Amino acid sequence: MTKIIEPKKQRNIFSRPSSETGVWSWITTVDHKRIGIMYGYAAFFFLLVGGLEALLLRIQLSQPDNNFLSAAEYNAMFTMHGTTMIFLAIMPISAAFFNYLLPLQIGARDVAFPRLNALSFWIFVAGGLFLYSTFLFGTAGAPEGGYLDEEVSRLASAPNGGWFGYQPNAGLRYSPGTAMDYWAIGLQILGIASLVSAFNFITTILNMRTKGMRLMRMPVFTWMTFAVSFLLAFSLPIIAIALFFVTFDRQFGTTFFLTEGGGDPVLWQHLFWLFGHPEVYILILPAFGIVSEVLPTFSRKPLFGYPAIVFAGFGIAFIGFGVWAHHMFASAISPVAQAGFGLSTMIIAVPTGVKIFNWLGTIWGGKLTLNTPMLFALGFIGMFVIGGLSGVTHSVVPADTQQTDTYYIVAHFHYVLFGGALFGIFSGLYFWFPKVWGRMYNETMGKIHFWLMLIGFNVTFGPMHWLGLQGQVRRTWVYAEETNLGFWNLIVTIGAFILAVAILVFMANWIYSRRKGEKAPFDPWDARTIEWSIPSPTPVWNFSKAPEIKSLDDFWHQKYGEDEDGRAVRREGTDELLLKLEEEGLNPDEEIHLPSPSYFPLILAFGLPFLGYAVIYKSIPLALIGVILLLIGGFGWGTEPLEEEFETSEETPDAKESSTYE
Amino acid sequence: MSDAHAYPHEPTGVETRKLGFWIFLSTEILFFGTLITTFLIFKGRDFPGIKLTDVYDIPFTSVSSFVLLMSSLTMVLAHNALETDDQEKTRVWLLATAMLGAVFLAGQIYEFTEFYHKGFELSTNIFSSTFYVLTGFHGLHVFVGVVLLLALWGVGQRQRGLSLNEGMNLEFIALYWHFVDIVWIVLFTVVYLI
Repeated sequence: MTKIIEPKKQRNIFSRPSSETGVWSWITTVDHKRIGIMYGYAAFFFLLVGGLEALLLRIQLSQPDNNFLSAAEYNAMFTMHGTTMIFLAIMPISAAFFNYLLPLQIGARDVAFPRLNALSFWIFVAGGLFLYSTFLFGTAGAPEGGYLDEEVSRLASAPNGGWFGYQPNAGLRYSPGTAMDYWAIGLQILGIASLVSAFNFITTILNMRTKGMRLMRMPVFTWMTFAVSFLLAFSLPIIAIALFFVTFDRQFGTTFFLTEGGGDPVLWQHLFWLFGHPEVYILILPAFGIVSEVLPTFSRKPLFGYPAIVFAGFGIAFIGFGVWAHHMFASAISPVAQAGFGLSTMIIAVPTGVKIFNWLGTIWGGKLTLNTPMLFALGFIGMFVIGGLSGVTHSVVPADTQQTDTYYIVAHFHYVLFGGALFGIFSGLYFWFPKVWGRMYNETMGKIHFWLMLIGFNVTFGPMHWLGLQGQVRRTWVYAEETNLGFWNLIVTIGAFILAVAILVFMANWIYSRRKGEKAPFDPWDARTIEWSIPSPTPVWNFSKAPEIKSLDDFWHQKYGEDEDGRAVRREGTDELLLKLEEEGLNPDEEIHLPSPSYFPLILAFGLPFLGYAVIYKSIPLALIGVILLLIGGFGWGTEPLEEEFETSEETPDAKESSTYE
Repeated sequence: MSDAHAYPHEPTGVETRKLGFWIFLSTEILFFGTLITTFLIFKGRDFPGIKLTDVYDIPFTSVSSFVLLMSSLTMVLAHNALETDDQEKTRVWLLATAMLGAVFLAGQIYEFTEFYHKGFELSTNIFSSTFYVLTGFHGLHVFVGVVLLLALWGVGQRQRGLSLNEGMNLEFIALYWHFVDIVWIVLFTVVYLI
């Protein structure tokens, strides 16, 4: 009955870990854990690139009337910084967590569609490379009477219309050249990757849960993955169509967003933010999920108000579709719409507040262990509250119209996306480090990382609040000395470099601990959810035996009972239980069939950039290459037999019978 | 099913791939929803130049719409034939469905060419742009459907024939095909009749 799609090339995994290594085993893998790890590294690479772009921006702004970057380069850098951080760093790092943890948390062998999962990853890589190939092939021409009179450097030949691509500025007249086409088509490709993964995760959560894993027993991280997948599935089609329109406008002479042809630039804003605001929750909800796992573990208390947290998550996701126009208060929308969207913006703060109070309730009276993941989780709450509160101020329309396009907005969304999402992500990276690598990270370096990051973060983004209120405008490459903005801008730049140092410490810790870290004990955190009831690093087959779930936080309740006062008491025989679990986890009694590797997802994925180039350069040969790759990938994929017949091997003569699991 | 891993799954009771496919279709609704909304927004505005009402031919499009609707019928017949394991009939009805789809596509290409010669081009005005992108997006879906049907027909030539429990099977393609048909009912009403 299993519906795992199994490709032609067979690989049977027997009762010992497979020794398959090497580059090709990674490239053709359909194992959710390996895909998760690759997502993580690829996204981290882009995080570094995006960070580098931010540093260039900050050097330019460190003093008044600076000319470190030209105006054109500055525009390209802030556009690529935003686009990279959102689409190529935070979203895929979240996808890395989803991939690695989701099947483990619901007790499954893999996601519902392992090959589709590989396809998502490779489309993401193809889209990222396509977008960045603009630095090699793209051109950003000069608009008529525009600022670009100097020769355009390669650095400036990237998309320069902002990550939001407002029309008509990002249209052909004001952004000639091909750079914005790379942007539009690149995002289109990346959107396909996220859409495919959304189908996959929704189906996985609904249908791959193990026995007894009812919906209301799922870990909160799984719940948040579920919410994010719905957000992706319902918001990405909107931006996809809007990007189609942009591409048609730029390539085929239509005027969807150009007033001179009867089009409507504000329609772009509506479509973009109708996607863009759910996108904000796509970025932050995974961090909510991570923190909801970390806080109870290190407070040694159950999560306070589990159903409330779950429903608040879905409340946020639902209301998130009804607040988009608060990004557009400065555009020509009616006062009624302004009032309505102002209200809905205030309302969405309610479920968010519910979550924050639940987290506080969780740590209240708990026995806190202040190690690195916990510090990051606590830092997350603090920073996110600041960002959330400045967010609510945007619901006040008259105030917001003053703040629009100032550094106050920049401060706000960095507090939620950096102080929120990224702090949560770092918390998760440290928390699950032992699970993934079987080794412990270095606690001292972890703490240095945290404190440097907390200080650097606040030094960078705190002063932006008052810079914004003093009127410093976003997306502007210079400011005059007379504005007296120089001092705080210098401080901000210093903060940015502290952040860079913090990231270096993190990388050093990671590289060191991966090789030399102490071996992680079984269940190092005395944790609550079932991914800790299997050995670290996770065996290829995840669970040697399908776990049966009897309650929320099942693993904890296997280890702990309650005394008369309701305090947790470690059950007798827990140590033996853990030894037994480790033993069983490493040595499954039966032969386990896992989906075998496939290279068709890769081929299919790399057909897409060729189609992208074909549209930009109106080239039939490139289109043919793309179509052929798609056909080979699709045909090969489709003809791989689904019900593969497992060959009986010598080691297990009666494999036919034992292949039945359980 | 035979090599069933007793690893527990499918708590919803819906087969996993079918569930995934339904979720895929639900996002398709949003693709078309966004396009239709844009169409309706621009429909009410003033625009220069030639209008759809000046060029279209309702009887012609009605006939091709009828052809597309009939293809849903043949699709159901193919599905029924496969349920009784009548491979011969399944193949015939599959091919019939693909052909009807192809006739609809041919009709759309003819119609587009006709409009183009009458001066109703992609970039004539905002209305024509939306019209072509919207109906073209649907046409692309029909095209993909025809390719899938033909592929399935080809697979059906094998010795083993087709089966309802395997592969990207007939049932999913049928779901997709009906979906594309239903979308056309909406499009025909919204674009041509209203």
